[in-house]
Amino acid sequence: MTAAPPSTSISEAPAGGRHRRWYRDPGRLVPVLLVLLGFAVLASVEAPRGRFRTDVIAGRDEAFSFEFAVSIIAPLGRGLYTTARATVLAFTITLVLGLVLALLRRSGSRLVRWPAAFVIEFIRSTPILVQFIFFQQLVRAIDGVSLGAVQILILVLGVHYATYASEAYRAGIDSVPKGQWEAAIALNLSPLTTWTRIVIPQAVPNVLPTLGNYLVAALKDAPIAGPVLGVPGILFAATAIRGDTFRQVEPFLLAGAGFLLVSLPAAWLVRRLEARVAYERT
Amino acid sequence: MEDLILSEGQYRQLLVGLRVTLSVLGWSFLLGVVLSLSVGVMRLSSNRVVRGVALVYVEFARGISSIILLFIMAYAIPILFGFQQGSRLLLASLALGLNMGGYGAEIVRGSILAVPKGQTEASIALNLTPFQRLRFVVLPQALRIILPPFGNLTIEILKGTALVSLIALTDLMQVVSIIRQQQLANQVSDVTGLFVNVLMIYFVIAQVINGVFRLAERALDRRFSSRPGDLPTLGGPATAAAGAGG
Amino acid sequence: MPTNAPEPQPASEVSDKGAAAVRFRGVHKAFGDNVVLRDLDLNVEPGERVVIIGPSGSGKTTILRVLMTLERPDGGTITVGGRHLYHEEGRDGSLRPAGEKHIRSVRSDIGMVFQHFNLFPHMSALENIMLAPVQVHGKSKSEARALGLELLEKVGLAEHANHTPGELSGGQKQRVAIARSLATDPAVMLFDEVTSALDPELVGEVLSVLRDIAEEGSTTMLLVTHEMGFAREVADRVLMFDQGQILEDGTPEEILRNPQEQRTKDFLGAVFEH
Repeated sequence: MTAAPPSTSISEAPAGGRHRRWYRDPGRLVPVLLVLLGFAVLASVEAPRGRFRTDVIAGRDEAFSFEFAVSIIAPLGRGLYTTARATVLAFTITLVLGLVLALLRRSGSRLVRWPAAFVIEFIRSTPILVQFIFFQQLVRAIDGVSLGAVQILILVLGVHYATYASEAYRAGIDSVPKGQWEAAIALNLSPLTTWTRIVIPQAVPNVLPTLGNYLVAALKDAPIAGPVLGVPGILFAATAIRGDTFRQVEPFLLAGAGFLLVSLPAAWLVRRLEARVAYERT
Repeated sequence: MEDLILSEGQYRQLLVGLRVTLSVLGWSFLLGVVLSLSVGVMRLSSNRVVRGVALVYVEFARGISSIILLFIMAYAIPILFGFQQGSRLLLASLALGLNMGGYGAEIVRGSILAVPKGQTEASIALNLTPFQRLRFVVLPQALRIILPPFGNLTIEILKGTALVSLIALTDLMQVVSIIRQQQLANQVSDVTGLFVNVLMIYFVIAQVINGVFRLAERALDRRFSSRPGDLPTLGGPATAAAGAGG
Repeated sequence: MPTNAPEPQPASEVSDKGAAAVRFRGVHKAFGDNVVLRDLDLNVEPGERVVIIGPSGSGKTTILRVLMTLERPDGGTITVGGRHLYHEEGRDGSLRPAGEKHIRSVRSDIGMVFQHFNLFPHMSALENIMLAPVQVHGKSKSEARALGLELLEKVGLAEHANHTPGELSGGQKQRVAIARSLATDPAVMLFDEVTSALDPELVGEVLSVLRDIAEEGSTTMLLVTHEMGFAREVADRVLMFDQGQILEDGTPEEILRNPQEQRTKDFLGAVFEH
């Protein structure tokens, strides 16, 4: 891999970009930067507090009241923000723990490899809902430990998707041709240098879209924590409105629409990344 | 880890929940497969309207959170369409099946595209209708590529079935909550036993699903090699050319 | 031969009795800027065996693919056995684009054998052959099976009926593919470089099957091939095709022994040197 020839400025992107490092390619950098920006905002800013207005009351026999729907946008939005924020925090765990699991899974010792494989498979193939409740009960049963609902959500969601991410990392590492490892040995590079300068730079571009998909998937699982753990996320907000007003059409439909507003652009970004990587591979 | 074995009564309760879990899984799988195949084919239609409708559905199904879709199905749809007596189990299966169909359609679409173009050309040369091309030539070959990701998808749906406990269906997970309430009432503090048991049940079902799909893959692979006994009366012993592959 | 007929011919002329097996009129086809068929006119008589030669990329395969409806021409008309392939005739003799049903009905007269066989890998040799007779021609399974075995016998592969394509050699695959096409009993058979993908030692077995079909005499054959010896032996007519047009048209003797055009000489020189 060589850097871009000096004549090609980054702004005039497409042609001849084959050999540039992936982070100098705007087609990949932009989605990644947007995600990172979202990450930063969500991680640092908490949702504003405040209760929703109770003065808008819809007619009893109206199946769908537009006025009422508008009045509940604010609390649902706050809930969505909380959900997204928790997802993003959970995903930092996913990114780190996933790599650890992937390395354990590739370990030379069977004593490490097999248990890691079992744990990954076990967590992957059991419902996250059960894991939420199990962990919540476990925490409650242990004296001296107290975790809030949001913290439980972040931990369980992060670990759950770490098992998915580990497989993505593994596939990414395996996608680096054997010849690259052999060349690194032939050049007598240290294991650390081999990983940081040879393997990871080649694996990362292939792994990014998959990780992006899992981020979207995690976002879709996060609302479960509302009714189960009481995390004031989007679904919790919708259920609360239902409890307060006995109206259930608007809050859930709006929750669905609001959710799509976040997940569709996110999925679109991931797909752009995917297309970019697929293009570079050919 | 004192009590990993539950009481017989508790197992009996779990079995009742398991039945609900499995029927939700079965219905949503059925719907999911039908949607996957039809929408996956629609995505490749030459008609722009058909393609557009399929795309909107796929984006919706993959974009929405299955738990939110489930709540919409259980609470909003019956009121909007005025059937308050609808079966919760079917509504829940509908939600999960819709969800699965979105992902499945993309798998089907990708697999159809992966079948070599010459296969379609040969079936055109034999004058098969578009439906016959799909039915006899393209889909049987696409199926080989479809099966592994469909196994994973089915396990995702299995995991999704636990959500139906949140709309008051007594599935496996709901039974667990009930047992846990009983335990708390009896001041049983250990939660590990109960949850290890139920997680194991889910894990085992997932492995069974895995196994079934593996078997199906192997059965399919067998179609790509010769079939003795299919033709009883041939001129001579049909043994030649074992090593003729080139 | 007329060279100036880009517009559709009046229908009356086309539906004459004793019509050509295949007739191209002003057929045009381009992929982007690359014109592969340039206002092509071509008549093939019933039972005629026409070999098309020419450098690769000259568009000779496209002639077959357009005839098989695997590519749509950009302009011009094609008739098969006197019936328009891509057009339907109105009462006043005007032509309008044909629907799928019409194309299917005309297409039933044509069969094609491909360079890369395109056998269905999930079916045995016999099942490959039986598919169209059962599904398209409405034959019963036992009729189709008898027909399939008879054809396999004819191409010398009766004992391989139950083998799948993965278990056959290239030459065997191509012979099954020929049998599969024969099973639909086409009036016109297209052979697209059917020996090019084969190891040299397997070419002979496939050519001998082609020879058998040619000797029976009733099937119109269009062959794209680089086997010049075979062309000389089997063809009634050889077309030298280059740059989307027919450069020379004549008997095998005329074209292969005594070419007039320099480009034909260059091409034949390159082939025979090889």
